[in-house]
Amino acid sequence: MSEFEQLYREVILDHYKNPRGHGVLDDADASAEGQNPLCGDEVSIYVAFADDGETIDEVKFSGRGCAISQAATSMLTEMVEGRSATEVATMEKDELLDTIGIPLTPVRLKCAMLGLTTLKVALHKAKGTPLPEGLAGFDELELT
Amino acid sequence: MALATTDEKQLDPRALRRDFPIFEQEVHGKPLAFLDSAASSQKPRQMLAAMSRFYETSYANVHRGVYELAERATEALEHARERMRVFLNAPNAREVIFVRNATEGLNLVAYAWGLWNLGPGDLVVVTELEHHSNFVPWQFVAGKRGAELRVVPLGEHGELDLSGLDDLARGGAVKIVAANLVSNALGTINPVERLVAWAHEQGAIFVCDAAQAAPHMRLDVQALDVDFLALSGHKMCGPSGIGVLWGRSELLQEMEPFLTGGHMIRSVRADRTTWGELPHKFEAGTAPMAEAVGLAAAADYVEAAGLEAIEAHEHELAAYALDRLAEVPGITLYGPPPERRAGIVSFNLEGIHPHDVAQILDRQGVAIRAGHHCCQPLMQRLGVAATNRASFYLYTIPEEIDQLVDGLYAVRKVFA
Repeated sequence: MSEFEQLYREVILDHYKNPRGHGVLDDADASAEGQNPLCGDEVSIYVAFADDGETIDEVKFSGRGCAISQAATSMLTEMVEGRSATEVATMEKDELLDTIGIPLTPVRLKCAMLGLTTLKVALHKAKGTPLPEGLAGFDELELT
Repeated sequence: MALATTDEKQLDPRALRRDFPIFEQEVHGKPLAFLDSAASSQKPRQMLAAMSRFYETSYANVHRGVYELAERATEALEHARERMRVFLNAPNAREVIFVRNATEGLNLVAYAWGLWNLGPGDLVVVTELEHHSNFVPWQFVAGKRGAELRVVPLGEHGELDLSGLDDLARGGAVKIVAANLVSNALGTINPVERLVAWAHEQGAIFVCDAAQAAPHMRLDVQALDVDFLALSGHKMCGPSGIGVLWGRSELLQEMEPFLTGGHMIRSVRADRTTWGELPHKFEAGTAPMAEAVGLAAAADYVEAAGLEAIEAHEHELAAYALDRLAEVPGITLYGPPPERRAGIVSFNLEGIHPHDVAQILDRQGVAIRAGHHCCQPLMQRLGVAATNRASFYLYTIPEEIDQLVDGLYAVRKVFA
């Protein structure tokens, strides 16, 4: 099994099987849906801000997709709670990739980044800031 | 051309395999089980040699050149056209138009026939089993002309339900019926003869997407009685970048061109241009010459192996695969029984996304496709985001299917 450990290390499978922050926030301050048309991964992200309107108080996500997309989004929800919206909206993708901690082929990179890209879109939409061009660098990512 | 087998009845996939240099390698330290031929086939050295020979001995731009090399190149291109006429049993080589792939061929018909002949109240009928290449162009031109797109639904076992055809035609005039001969997603062999007859009763033209059929069964445009038929070379042992659109002369003659520019003209004046004869009217720009030579060699190769033998071999493999895969716990198999399907098997493992399945299989040297297979309407119908798809060809051996099944057990272990 060791040859697969690199690909699907225990923590990825754990997040996939027991996703953190899974659910919907009915009164979300920020939300967006993203999908990866290559493999049909879908993620919806919901964010609630603290009273200061800037600190991310709670993040939830729903969706379906491969282990990489769902586990990465689950990990992301743990990473961003308590941080400022502005900071997360400009978060470097390497921060998430380091946490995921497995080598990803270009196709799987799109799966891994789906949650973060969708979250960034939600935050930019809520703040009324323009979406950076080529957000996260995926021209094939479809965001609605 | 030295061929591994010319036996009409049965082919020897192990011998044919030796014609394909790609199999002389291991992937991730494992023998390569290439089960993605429906996406694109591997290439025999006979085809590769034909292209090299053309580049090395006869290459120059075709037509109009008055020197020896240009004449040789023109002859090679026109020989390839004649070869594909024979491959399709078309009445006339002038009806054989070289395009980039089946997608371009279907777009050619959509734009050069559909856009000019559709109007409000007209209907275009496609099926739920279509590849996006035979769905989106029709949706697009129908929308542009105020016509309506209607979809023949899927019935049981991944097969089309034709019982409601006449209802589908209600309230409009059917102008175009477009369907594939073999579904790329499920392997279903579609009842095209019934659809063609119905289309013609409606006064419609029938456009056949043969991309998935051409590599695996004998095609005869006259017996099929279709009006247009498109195929891609790369799926039938040919190079990428070339396909064929065949169309009835009388339709092609009256059509306006699709792409305009060099080579497709008769005369150009500042105020007016007239079009060239068939097939040139539809072949603007420098032709894919070497690719045409490669495609002709690919036609030689698959016909020498025997299209009937290829079809029989794939039915056997499909039956074997369906049997073996059914053993795997948690598997869902899609599509018709083996006798009514080509060498394509789509499946899902419960709770495991196809991309995860395909990635773990890759580590075991098994190449399958995972995704929506450019058939999103079908995936919606099946209620899934994606499927795994294993597909076979003349070089596929049962051991590769065994390798797939062993691999699926390993996938289940990772996700246990």
